[in-house]
Amino acid sequence: MNTTPNTRRVVVTGMGWVTPLGHDVDSVWKRLLHSESGMGPITRFDARTFPTTFAAEVKNYDIAGFVKDPSVHATAGLNSQFALGAACQAWKQSGLGEYAALDRKRVGLYLGAGEGVIDFANYAASNLAGWDADAKRIDGVKWANFAHKAMDRMREVEQEPNMPLAHLAREFGVRGPALNCLTACAASTQAIGEAFSLIQRGDTDVMISGGTHTMIHVLGVTGFNRLTALSTSKGDPTKASRPFDATRDGFVMGEGSGMIVLESLDHALARGATPLAEVGGYGSSADAFRITDIQPEGRGGAASMGVALRQAGIDPTVRRADGRAAIDYISAHGTGTKENDSIETRGVKRVFGANAKDIPMSSIKSMMGHLIAAAGAVEFITCVLAIRDGMLPPTINYGTPDPDLDLDYVPNKARSAKVDICLSNSFGFGGQNDTLVVKRFRA
Amino acid sequence: MSRRSVVITGLGPVTAHGLGMEPLWQALCDGRSALAPIRAFDASGFLAACGAELPDGYDVKDLVPKSYRKATKVMARDIEIAVGAALTAVRDAGLATRGTDPDAPPTIAPDRFGCHIGAGLIAAELDELTAALDTAKGEDGRFDAAHWGQQGMQELTPLWLLKYLPNMLACHVTIIHDCQGPSNTITCNEASAGLSIAESQRVIERGAADACLSGGADSKMNPMAYLRQELAGRFAACPVTADATKTVKPFDATAAGTLVGEGGGILVLEAEDTAIARGARIHARLSGTGASQSWCDDTVGLVPDATGESLADAIHAALRDASISPSDIDAIIPYGSGVRALDALERNALERVFGAQLATKPIVTLAPCIGATCAGFGAIAVAVAAKAIAEQRLPARINSTATGTLAAAAAPTESRALRHILVCTPSLGGQNSAAVVSKHA
Repeated sequence: MNTTPNTRRVVVTGMGWVTPLGHDVDSVWKRLLHSESGMGPITRFDARTFPTTFAAEVKNYDIAGFVKDPSVHATAGLNSQFALGAACQAWKQSGLGEYAALDRKRVGLYLGAGEGVIDFANYAASNLAGWDADAKRIDGVKWANFAHKAMDRMREVEQEPNMPLAHLAREFGVRGPALNCLTACAASTQAIGEAFSLIQRGDTDVMISGGTHTMIHVLGVTGFNRLTALSTSKGDPTKASRPFDATRDGFVMGEGSGMIVLESLDHALARGATPLAEVGGYGSSADAFRITDIQPEGRGGAASMGVALRQAGIDPTVRRADGRAAIDYISAHGTGTKENDSIETRGVKRVFGANAKDIPMSSIKSMMGHLIAAAGAVEFITCVLAIRDGMLPPTINYGTPDPDLDLDYVPNKARSAKVDICLSNSFGFGGQNDTLVVKRFRA
Repeated sequence: MSRRSVVITGLGPVTAHGLGMEPLWQALCDGRSALAPIRAFDASGFLAACGAELPDGYDVKDLVPKSYRKATKVMARDIEIAVGAALTAVRDAGLATRGTDPDAPPTIAPDRFGCHIGAGLIAAELDELTAALDTAKGEDGRFDAAHWGQQGMQELTPLWLLKYLPNMLACHVTIIHDCQGPSNTITCNEASAGLSIAESQRVIERGAADACLSGGADSKMNPMAYLRQELAGRFAACPVTADATKTVKPFDATAAGTLVGEGGGILVLEAEDTAIARGARIHARLSGTGASQSWCDDTVGLVPDATGESLADAIHAALRDASISPSDIDAIIPYGSGVRALDALERNALERVFGAQLATKPIVTLAPCIGATCAGFGAIAVAVAAKAIAEQRLPARINSTATGTLAAAAAPTESRALRHILVCTPSLGGQNSAAVVSKHA
């Protein structure tokens, strides 16, 4: 009989980053606070003639520095490799690996991981070999004959979006509930929220959660270029991502992973762990509006923010005793597309009313690009660090104010601030919206 | 502390036997298989040339509001299945939604209506993509990225990417039926639908929604997706000349692989309190769910955990969640694919949970009739469990004969007292899901 009430407190005990700005939390954080950019020309394929020629790529990365035995991950795709590095950092920081009493069946996984990179060269070759130009269709037999020789079994299996789960489960030997969700750009925020909910329900004591993704490949860039979602700025790529700026023209693709260890407070305290922050609330909603457009009043984002704040016991329109607004910082979805940044701003105003202007809101996507499914988890970690260090990362490349966007976007330079409560937003293509509330841990 | 109870009020399976529960149930009770040579493409170059496809008449344009027909152009097959399944479930539950009855007030308030639809890795339509790739060849006849970037990619429709994102199943369904509550897309291969149903249960329990459209859909009827199934070792050898209806033999000593079926299902899951308040017909109760991760020696789970230990853990968790014991289970619907290693895993897990009682627990095998339904499986299976409980009847079993400790050999349909049915599945990747479907009241 499950009698655990949904009020179990959940804390963060470990964090890890593999990002275009580096592969460990402290150095990446430093670079974010120094307004550095991870953008550059795309090197993974020849993108010189594409509408977008740049991205924020993870550089000089090797899982050998992180995992126990790289050979058991020999076939891992880039997404799983990023996940392993980030999760190993989080696991190490949590100290769970040295906790002899750990029940690995009470440790679960909930990731918002993207699919693996398609084996494009062999895929394109198989398609062209199977193409019947007269009939304008694929000849199944010709296709199969070519593909059977060209395609690699493991390369195909590793594209399944649950493969990062499999690699992490193998690395840490964990056997609890394991799930992967893929709600586009909202995925890893949603994963953390649902992981939080599983611990609250009492189904597990510990969850490894977060996201990992790369879409910096021919079809990924093609897909977003065709949607006209990417920046096509000419000139210096480090200036291309301009969230909330009047001249913004789309997002810049990033890649990488953010992973955290979530733990019930009682489990963390029983083993003497130090909580880094507490998850205060989680809200999820769907726009249910249009395939490509966001509901223009920001209804969906406002709904997810509202639910998350309510669960955290926060009235967004009421100031705290010391005069501060209800929360201290918003890690924006802030993609740098015309539509997202306007509507997100509108949604925040809808939730926080007149106090919205007093709440700093920045987008680290200006510096490390949009990590798609992994973005939310990476940004969640930013909130924990903002609370830890009393520093807010900036929105860089902010030069031309947009008259309709009149919030405090922490332009260009990091800033010190008293930070106890943060909110992290992620909104996906397809209309899934997710918000987390992150709080300073107080016993 | 008492928990908010979740009931099943709408059944929307879409399988090779057609749209909805009635044609599926009739076929299962008759022991009719829809497995046949594949029509979507010439599959004779693959180990298996046969599978189970939706009937030819299935046209998603007939299953969306008129105002939404244009959007069907950007629906992959998987999305088409989910959209039809959702409409079927909504109708079965007697709900008025924006999609079924735009002039009526919605039965479920939009912000209290969630949506959890599991999905597979969706493969791009090859004809459309290759027509574009063909315009971007270099002098050597191979794909040339420079041509592609300059011109070739323009051949693809601007919304091309949105056909294939796995969350577009839920995207279309939430737009059509105006579900503004929590919505998620779980992608764990064969466990996707089962885990989605469990998530809807948690969402309703914690009060974040009163009802959810929940399930999963998948189609492997595309050469690339199909090849991935072959490479994963799922297929039985089945040339076009073979009798596909007799090929899939779950748990049989001579089982030699499976054939895939496209399909899926959406259920309407509702809080019992609100379902009763609106006078809904309740098919069954979703009384418990469980999940776990298997240890995989090969990391990815191509060689599944033969011990079945973790699937057994998931089943135990579901039984605990339902506050019942193994002896309470009256029938079991496992994945039952006929893939020997998966069959062994399931058999060992069931032996761990049920011990000597296992022989008395009839197994329901779906794959011989509708193929292995991948990410759609859990929803079809829970729908069949709910129907079986409502009818107090077990469907027929076909093909298998020597099934050892499992009551899985061919048998005709029979009427039977059914209070609790267990649905479970392992997956490629090692995630396991289990659910208990129970008689309501």
